[in-house]
Amino acid sequence: MEVTKDITKDSKIDLAVVSKIIRKHKDNTGGIIEIFQDIQAHFNYLPKEALQLVSKKRGMPISRIYHVATFYSIFSLIPRGRYIISVCTGTTCHVRGAPLLLETILRELNIGIGETTRDRIFTLEAVRCIGACSIAPAVRINDKPFGPLNPAGLLRLLNEYRKN
Amino acid sequence: MSKVIKSREDLKNLYCRILEGRKRIKYSVTICGGTGCRAQGSENLRDAFEREIKKRAWGRIGKIKMSGCHGFCEMGPIVLINPGDIFYIKVKAEDISEIIEKTIIKGQYIERLCYKGNDGEIYTRDADIPFYKYQKRFILKLNGRIDPTSIEDYIISGGYSALVRVLYEMSPDEVINEIANSQLRGRGGGGFSTARKWKSCKDAPGDIHYVICNGDEGDPGAFMDRSIMEGNPHSVLEGMIIGAYAIGSSQGYIYVRAEYPLAVEHLQKAIDDAYSYGLLGNENMLGKGCGFDIKIIRGGGAFVCGESTALMASLQGEVGEPRAKFIHTVERGLWEKPTNLNNVETWANIPLIINSGSKKFASIGTENSKGTKVFSLVGKINNTGLVEVPMGITLREIIDKIGGGIPNNKRFKAVQTGGPSGGCIPEQYLDLPVDFDNLSRIGSMMGSGGMIVMDEDTCMVDIARYFMDFLKDESCGKCTSCREGIKQMSSILEKICAGYGEEGDIEKLEEIAKLTIEVSLCALGTSAPNPVLTTIKYFRGEYNVHIKEKKCPAHVCSNLIKYKIVREVCVGCGVCAKACPVKAVKGKKKLPHSIDEDKCIKCSLCKVSCKFDAINIE
Repeated sequence: MEVTKDITKDSKIDLAVVSKIIRKHKDNTGGIIEIFQDIQAHFNYLPKEALQLVSKKRGMPISRIYHVATFYSIFSLIPRGRYIISVCTGTTCHVRGAPLLLETILRELNIGIGETTRDRIFTLEAVRCIGACSIAPAVRINDKPFGPLNPAGLLRLLNEYRKN
Repeated sequence: MSKVIKSREDLKNLYCRILEGRKRIKYSVTICGGTGCRAQGSENLRDAFEREIKKRAWGRIGKIKMSGCHGFCEMGPIVLINPGDIFYIKVKAEDISEIIEKTIIKGQYIERLCYKGNDGEIYTRDADIPFYKYQKRFILKLNGRIDPTSIEDYIISGGYSALVRVLYEMSPDEVINEIANSQLRGRGGGGFSTARKWKSCKDAPGDIHYVICNGDEGDPGAFMDRSIMEGNPHSVLEGMIIGAYAIGSSQGYIYVRAEYPLAVEHLQKAIDDAYSYGLLGNENMLGKGCGFDIKIIRGGGAFVCGESTALMASLQGEVGEPRAKFIHTVERGLWEKPTNLNNVETWANIPLIINSGSKKFASIGTENSKGTKVFSLVGKINNTGLVEVPMGITLREIIDKIGGGIPNNKRFKAVQTGGPSGGCIPEQYLDLPVDFDNLSRIGSMMGSGGMIVMDEDTCMVDIARYFMDFLKDESCGKCTSCREGIKQMSSILEKICAGYGEEGDIEKLEEIAKLTIEVSLCALGTSAPNPVLTTIKYFRGEYNVHIKEKKCPAHVCSNLIKYKIVREVCVGCGVCAKACPVKAVKGKKKLPHSIDEDKCIKCSLCKVSCKFDAINIE
């Protein structure tokens, strides 16, 4: 995988933020997923230290914490890039050419699905339908959907983001 | 002054006050804020309109709002101008000053921005356009008209009047009876009687009852629920409050898919407003001594959580694994308490049924499927969008009349309904009336309402492979038959698509499919083989060509196709060589080029770039 140790090393995890999130959800009987969502919204992924703290504070074994964190596809256990490119691979996008878009990005960024570029600008993800079928084939960068795209248009879009 | 609505009179007074306040508004511009239109720049349009209104100091007489999805996503961004109800499509920022000068001030329409029919006819109003004319918009009626972030817009359109009627005129049993008379069936896929579900939950012993709205719309190619949650969130809330009153529940949850941030935003705004108007979180709602709370829970991106027991597990903060339903969730669901779960569209139907009467609702549709159904009509179709049709309409009417047929004069091949659990329906069934039972009879299902049209360029083996690949990832892994069965079907299909298919593969697929259906626990496993079985049943020939001749007739499976330059047609312009990302195209300028098969990755960029149509797929 492209994500190497140097990425995790330099990031300091502010556990005070995590404690605050856990406190916010303390009255919530379920709540683990919401805690994870808030942690990920802050750190862009679920840091190991944060999960350990959740385990301690909620009195849940770390195995169960990881069971939940790895079950749901939105959670990432490794740091991700500034821009998360989600290539929609829903049925509509599939029949309208999503496989070609995916291949274009794989080649352009030289990373696999779920991986992050070395410069930590892009993370590539394949998602199942973002509900934007009218603009299929579509790609979402962070929260913004783009489409319909062809390989050339997609490359132009990536370059725009790279410059920013 | 407190905003809390304490009685029937209060709501009526509020309605009159809003109406009075709006009398001064002379012009209104409604811009579509659905996902499709947003992606095409509708937010910029809103800002530009606002600047223009400010410049003209129209603050008091002009109103600009962003509505939910109009459904006609192919034509976005859509702008609706009042007075006149003029419907403009594909509007750009540079059109705005002309719209204001001509349409708003002079009342004239701009031909270039109107929808043009195939016969060249100009349509200024949406209701006349064939795409809308053949629909029956019941649930989607207010989508595209009201501002989903304004409770006042909902109230002025008759919102919360059904709730008042229920609280003041009907007992909980009468509400359930009314829903029973409407014969409403759940819109999430199963098609179970809504009233029966409510009654079982109401009768289940326990001090606490829960009500859940399932907004985990996971089917790829489906965005009906998203559009309702984004475009008319109060209709879902009103339905849930009525349901809670009938069942005797005081706590509700809306479980929304992680991929739908805008739906969460609009629902949250609607809930906050409902709280401040005393419609939620008030122990004495409308002075009637009952109350209800609603909380939004965002999903974690797991398809299986659309299944009711998995969804409840996820709500409890656990892994979304379904459980056996020996004891129904209406008796023991969320935290072991009686729980009633309905889909977004089902909830949105409730206030409409109460207001228009169960008789009217039951007069629409077929014998066992009443009312309307929203479909997302997508894929190889001219008018991509969200359509609402009466049950019993034929697939052909939906595809040809509303959808405007298939682009580029291609031939229709199949329509896929019901998401990954559904099947592919071939041409021979196009005249079948669409309802719950008919679709199941031919091996597909209604599902939540995705309708993906496929043309001759779609490979049916590839579609089956696609769905197995999807479900392989989404199976929660609890049942071996589902986890391993889907995986095996997926690898056989991968093999066939890669050109290594063998005699007997089809039979093997059928055998595994049968076993997966019989042994799996939840609907994900028992319906997962549907895409494989229906494509084998209706398109066996295509499988045979892949296996025996190692060819893909639709030119999709990349291992089975070759790109070739026709020497006689090629002029040697070199455009394709430039387009090729792997430098597989070779040749001298002005001489016919050729493609190096070993290097070619079959990306089709050369074929797309060639102006002389000199590249063929074999």
